[in-house]
Amino acid sequence: MKAIGIILAGGNNDKLGALTTRRALSAIPVGSCYRSIDFTLSNMSNSGIGKIAVITQYNSRSLHDHMSSAKWWDMGRKQGGLFVFSPYLSNDNSLWFRGTADSIFQNITFLKRSIEPYVLIASGDAVYKMDYNDVIEQHEQTQADITVMYKNVEDEDVCNYGVLELDETGRLLEFEEKPLETHLRHISMGIYVISRTLLINLLETIVGEGRYDIVKDIIIRYRKKLNIRGYLFSGYWRAVNGIPEYFGINMDFLKKEVRNLFTAAEPYIETKPKDEPPVKYNYTASVRDSLIGSGGIINGTVNHSVLFRKVYTGENSCINNSIIMEGTIVATNCYVEYAIVDKEAVLSDGRRITGTREQPIIVPKGAVV
Amino acid sequence: MRKKEMIAMLLAGGQGSRLGVLTFNTAKPAVPFGGKYRIIDFPMSNCINSGVDTVGVLTQYQPLLLNRHIGIGIPWDLDRRNGGVTILAPHVKGAQGEWYTGTANAIYQNLEYINEYNPEYVLILSGDHIYKMDYSRMLDFHKKKKCDVTIAVLEVPMEEASRFGIMNAREDDRIYEFEEKPAQPKSNLASMGIYIFAWDKLKEALIYDNKLHDNSDFGKHIIPLMLNNGMTMYAYRFKDYWKDVGTIESYWAANMELIRTLPDFNLYEDFWKIYTDADHQPPLYVGPDAEIKTSLVSEGCEVYGAVRNSVLGPEVSVGEGATVRDSIIMTGCSISPGCVLDRCIIDEGSELGRNVVIGCGDNTPNSDWPKIYDTGITVIGEHSVVPDNVRVGKNCVIYGRTAQEHYQNGSLDSGGSVVLVKEVTI
Repeated sequence: MKAIGIILAGGNNDKLGALTTRRALSAIPVGSCYRSIDFTLSNMSNSGIGKIAVITQYNSRSLHDHMSSAKWWDMGRKQGGLFVFSPYLSNDNSLWFRGTADSIFQNITFLKRSIEPYVLIASGDAVYKMDYNDVIEQHEQTQADITVMYKNVEDEDVCNYGVLELDETGRLLEFEEKPLETHLRHISMGIYVISRTLLINLLETIVGEGRYDIVKDIIIRYRKKLNIRGYLFSGYWRAVNGIPEYFGINMDFLKKEVRNLFTAAEPYIETKPKDEPPVKYNYTASVRDSLIGSGGIINGTVNHSVLFRKVYTGENSCINNSIIMEGTIVATNCYVEYAIVDKEAVLSDGRRITGTREQPIIVPKGAVV
Repeated sequence: MRKKEMIAMLLAGGQGSRLGVLTFNTAKPAVPFGGKYRIIDFPMSNCINSGVDTVGVLTQYQPLLLNRHIGIGIPWDLDRRNGGVTILAPHVKGAQGEWYTGTANAIYQNLEYINEYNPEYVLILSGDHIYKMDYSRMLDFHKKKKCDVTIAVLEVPMEEASRFGIMNAREDDRIYEFEEKPAQPKSNLASMGIYIFAWDKLKEALIYDNKLHDNSDFGKHIIPLMLNNGMTMYAYRFKDYWKDVGTIESYWAANMELIRTLPDFNLYEDFWKIYTDADHQPPLYVGPDAEIKTSLVSEGCEVYGAVRNSVLGPEVSVGEGATVRDSIIMTGCSISPGCVLDRCIIDEGSELGRNVVIGCGDNTPNSDWPKIYDTGITVIGEHSVVPDNVRVGKNCVIYGRTAQEHYQNGSLDSGGSVVLVKEVTI
């Protein structure tokens, strides 16, 4: 493989409210059995990348737990493998990562000790499936210095993303981060290919100048000096950058074409296995149009919902249009609609929890309602 | 090798011929159970949960699936630098190869493997049973009683005792006699085929007995020999769930017990998990018109039809309007829309065409294998195909990629068989 991978999993995102107060965004559970980082991690492994660094910072416990072994992604190697980097203290340096570029700079030894010509940088919070060999191939053919992957969106609000303006050959003209108003429809996926030596040089230069951000201080600042090009990705891609998006991504898994993309067609998206038994449906169970994670025991009614592993639903309880995470207990006679119930919560008998499609209600992790 | 206190030797070479077509191409320990598991997962998980981290798995009959399933032991955390799982297949020694001719002979042929770890104790297991057992407690018992041999026993009803190997013991459970399937049983302590031996004593007995018998067997030879030599042998009473799933009916019934609201055998407790090879575990999808009741359904299934009182393995698809009742459907089977299945077992990777009906008609036992298929259960072997609109009766066997021409008037009456010899493709 010509590239090493770097997954930026350190970001904090307060838009997910209670779901990320004690959890890294990259460790948020998605699609009944995955965590968001599984997608990028599996994509890298499936593309043949044999050496991956995951850079964490906020609430890294959840990620460390998830990646306590690298073998599920075929990354338990002697040569290469999975590296997890967190900020650390030393005599001359006790800094948190000051930005995305700084987080790589503080681990620059990882780059210097590698021999692969390219680095693929991606964030750990998007749900998609791709073979990175395609973007690396284009990167080589166009002799780009940096290739930025982007997606075309027609009718979505782009104000949460970085938007690209490209010339007719695909070279980057302008890049605006979270624009207030724009006519541009190309959004950056936060995935970049860059030559390893160029990245080392750029990082040493910009950090020396007190600049720490990949987008602002490399992509935007160097857009005219370097040959930065776009790569169009046309498959399914959604980033977890807000409650409605998070809710929508999970509900997308109820659509056959989305589900099949990740679960039915090889290469698969892999995750840490939990060894739960099959789902048990008792006599009073009624489940329609839902995903159920393993280890669940179903006595109640479940409609158009995503249940993660080990969820118990009691008799006469009804769950509609909701996301129920691992280990939650929904006792008898409960009614849950448009809710996101975080892990290991307990809804006691007869509770009613109802949100709206626009604003699902969130029950925090471990809460007893 | 670092010395181990106790290592396990797991006998997994048997065919289990009473499971009929389910063990045509697979050793019995590799037969799926409870949806996502295989029978061998139970003793393997018991080992790691009991702290036994060195397991030799003795294979012989159709080991391909078993080898793939066990691999280097990752699902059970038995991928170790020191110890871990080792597959021990029969091999050539000197001028010629030798099959494992008996249970004790198989251990005898692997003396060197055990010697490498120089253990104090050797735990002998078979890969045929469904149970959860803490072998470390059995070892404590073994040490406390200063035994040479400890045999795990189950108290069975007296009237069934003549079907088992029976241990006759004194009041303190010290064994003085062993009888294999006695006509007039004196006790109801049935051997579970789980032994702990002091390794030095076992080694001596194996070497001695293999000069006398070329099919040396634990029940027939080793245990009587060691009793005659005055060894201290105790019965260790086991009181929990233990099932031998040796026949089609008992296999079906043991699966069905799992779907009760409160089954005797609990897979849902966290402290004694059963592990299996299931790296790729996509979620299970239940369609808008599906109806699932009193069933176990595994990961990756896509259910659009009705499922009642059934056990579904991973990645089974049940089409719209299909009905599955009282059946066991194994990994990767595809049940097309409109099928109606009653009391059948469908082995891995089989495909049923549209509107196939299974389990209709009377209860005539199978004409070719009346002793195996006689309880109304129809069995379809692995990777078989049943074409559209075929009606199949009870006690039938189907194996291979069958086509319309194999079914007269599009049906197979109760007790009939369609068994196609598998073509070997290169």
